[in-house]
Amino acid sequence: MDLIYLAIAAIFVNNILLAQYLGNCPFCGVSKRINTSIGMAAAVIFVATLASMFTWGAYYYILEPYDLEFIMTLTFILIIAALVQFVEIFMKKQSKGLYNSLGIYLPLITTNCAVMGIALLNITHEFGFVDMLVFSFASATGFGLAIVLFAGVRERLLLSPVPRAMQGTAIALVTAGIMSLAFLGFAGMAQ
Amino acid sequence: MLLPVLVLTGIGVVAAVGLGIAARVFYVKEDPRIKGVLDILPGANCGGCGFAGCSACAEAIVRGEAEANACVVGQTEVAQEVALYLGMAPVGSEPRIACPDCQGGIRATRKYEYAGFDDCRAAVLYFQGHLICYHGCLGLGTCVKSCQFGAITMGEHGLPKFNPDLCVGCGACARNCPKGIISLISEKTKILHWNQYTECLAPCRQKCPAQINIPKYIQHIKRGEYEQALLTIKERNPMPLSIGRVCPEPCALACRRTINDEPVAINYLKRFVADWEMNSGKRLHIPVGPSTGKRVAVVGGGPGGLSAAFYLRRLGHDVTIYDKMPALGGMLRYGIPEYRLPKKVLDWEIEGILNLGITATTGVEFGKDFNMEFLRAKGFDAIFIAVGAWREQELKMEGTDLHGVYSGIAFLEQLHSGRDVSVGRHVVVIGGGNTAIDAARSSLRMQAETVTIVYRRSRDEMPANPAEIVAAEEENVKFRFLSAPLEIIGEGGHVTGLKIQGMKLGDPDPSGRRRPVAIEGSEEMIECDTIIQAVGQSPNLDFLSFDGQPNLQVTRRNTIDASEDTLQTDLPYVFTGGDCFTGPALVVDAIAAGRFAARSIHYYLMEGRIPPIEDRQKGFIEESLHKSIAGVPTRSRVHEPVVSLEDRLGTFTEVEGTIDQEDARYESQRCLNCGIYCYDHDLELQRLAEGSSDNLEIQRK
Repeated sequence: MDLIYLAIAAIFVNNILLAQYLGNCPFCGVSKRINTSIGMAAAVIFVATLASMFTWGAYYYILEPYDLEFIMTLTFILIIAALVQFVEIFMKKQSKGLYNSLGIYLPLITTNCAVMGIALLNITHEFGFVDMLVFSFASATGFGLAIVLFAGVRERLLLSPVPRAMQGTAIALVTAGIMSLAFLGFAGMAQ
Repeated sequence: MLLPVLVLTGIGVVAAVGLGIAARVFYVKEDPRIKGVLDILPGANCGGCGFAGCSACAEAIVRGEAEANACVVGQTEVAQEVALYLGMAPVGSEPRIACPDCQGGIRATRKYEYAGFDDCRAAVLYFQGHLICYHGCLGLGTCVKSCQFGAITMGEHGLPKFNPDLCVGCGACARNCPKGIISLISEKTKILHWNQYTECLAPCRQKCPAQINIPKYIQHIKRGEYEQALLTIKERNPMPLSIGRVCPEPCALACRRTINDEPVAINYLKRFVADWEMNSGKRLHIPVGPSTGKRVAVVGGGPGGLSAAFYLRRLGHDVTIYDKMPALGGMLRYGIPEYRLPKKVLDWEIEGILNLGITATTGVEFGKDFNMEFLRAKGFDAIFIAVGAWREQELKMEGTDLHGVYSGIAFLEQLHSGRDVSVGRHVVVIGGGNTAIDAARSSLRMQAETVTIVYRRSRDEMPANPAEIVAAEEENVKFRFLSAPLEIIGEGGHVTGLKIQGMKLGDPDPSGRRRPVAIEGSEEMIECDTIIQAVGQSPNLDFLSFDGQPNLQVTRRNTIDASEDTLQTDLPYVFTGGDCFTGPALVVDAIAAGRFAARSIHYYLMEGRIPPIEDRQKGFIEESLHKSIAGVPTRSRVHEPVVSLEDRLGTFTEVEGTIDQEDARYESQRCLNCGIYCYDHDLELQRLAEGSSDNLEIQRK
């Protein structure tokens, strides 16, 4: 049951985008169309879950035993970058269509603060392996949910009379703020 | 300090080794050029190119599936860099720009005012649009909002205006237009596209065999944009100087203004802009596509062959024309008299076509001097045969071998070749087509005292251009309608008269014309010293019997057999079109066949198959037949200047002149710029009559 609460909290209450406000770049940059936002969401879910497993392992089996926690950020950057490169090589061979469709998104995830943020939060919350896995997957799903919903709103915004000064990123940021407020309504469902 | 350095280095080494192994295990052999192109592309991954990501775009460019300028973000600089990297000519990339199909016209009635909607997609989703017109632009400006480059603005009358200089061809407007009236157009598209029923085609466009966008070029003339007008014409017709002089204007018959007053003088306007270019002393730049390395031989340098050569060259193919006559032009040169189409005008027009880089070899006859095997051996990848219809049908009667009896085609051909040909004092021409009229009017200019045309049907059934018949009447050509020739009478080996028989019209024959029936005892004699037979013509296909020539199938009408949908013969690399495929037809039909053949040949050479045209428009689109055009004031059409009757005879000076700029402006303003549904008040009245007064319900259905 705790795992379900953990997942709900990660997806809705502590949404990595709308509550923690991590991963803002792709949130604004890749949310103009639902199709592309779904691609980005899928890539983040895959990479974030995989990266969390490796960073969690590196922390508890390499850094902590040797009191090297202070190089955690550097280590995580190295691991995530290598992992993304590996995923890219693997996908190019095994799934060319997906590789082509992700295009530049995949390398961009290397420096995605949402992925890095999830990896760091796993350590901050001192999760066990299973908790870490659920939290990572759920947080990335929360990212995906937010970006897809936001893309839907932005598509609808195109149909609406937006004052010229507010068009584009300006109205997107205002809308993101309102969405954050809306997600506050989930507070109380889980911690 | 050492430990963290070692740990980080260790992780780095493990990652590097892991990636190295992965790179070997999951190695994908890839054209290194893809990475090269990918490095040049800006990596925006916007999808504007139509491919899933920049790497997919780079792959497509390297494979030749996309142009060097496929990336819409990179624009010209990136396109040139890509082209340079791949060894293509920097100009080899062909830009595509967005163009609207809806010209606006006088807009169809607005049914609703949508309070709260300012987007075409929303309007379509809610009510399927708010104009009676189902095809046209709603004018709410979704395309304007879609364009990230500021290339679209809303113009007057609620129609978007496109700025080609700012358009990068990303296609966002086309994707977002719910009516589908915006399309991405490149020069290649303009040549390869063929009209479809699903398009909003003005009646004149439907009737024009060459499918010229008539409303568009007339609107350009209206705005004084003569260069744009001429380029619009040349998208579909490379010979506006000639067609502007000789075309019988099937388009004008369909002009919607005929409901109100007189049709727009479409051909006068075409001739006006074509003459404007010629008189300006400089030629417009015609874009030619990047070289494809494919070679095409065009057999026949008439209007069909010249048209095919022109469009094949523009598509990037290497074209050579072969013609049996000393000069190119075919029937335009050797069949149409100087007073209708001066040779210097034709020469200027043909020179412009050849200037694109087309080679011409004249004075060589297909089937005698060379054949298909020869052309294949010379490396031609495809052959287009457009040898016209030069064989004259002869009357089966006594006396056709007498001195003074000519065939119409031979008579005109000798006349225009500068060879010695003369007529007597009294000339009789047998036939009712354009050749007969041309022979009669030419005879008058060769000092004949009387010229009589003998035709077995009535004036209404004459296949000649109505304007030519009127001109012949003005010049005092006599007509003997409902008279059939029986026998040519001669004396001393020379013709002295023609015996004819009176006819009456019976039931219609398969062509729809009433069949002439002989009236017994109505024979009479017309005294004459020259008789010109112009009773029909067909292709001369003697070349098919040449030794070593692969056989082409021939129809029962003695024309080359080929697919109507592709113009491809039973030899896949041989195509045909024009009179040798259809039988004798209009010049503009041959021009159209040339472009259609170019389309087929291009696909055959580049893709190995010729895609069928979906919903190809052949007949008239019923929705465009209106009974009224309410609110259009009556205005008579202009008339072109003509040489006086006294000055015409005895000389081959061109009879008809070109309208001036003022008249062209006036005439262009008479064009209603209509599409299928503009002015469709009849439909609305019909609905009301049926009791469906609730417009909302009608629209929701």
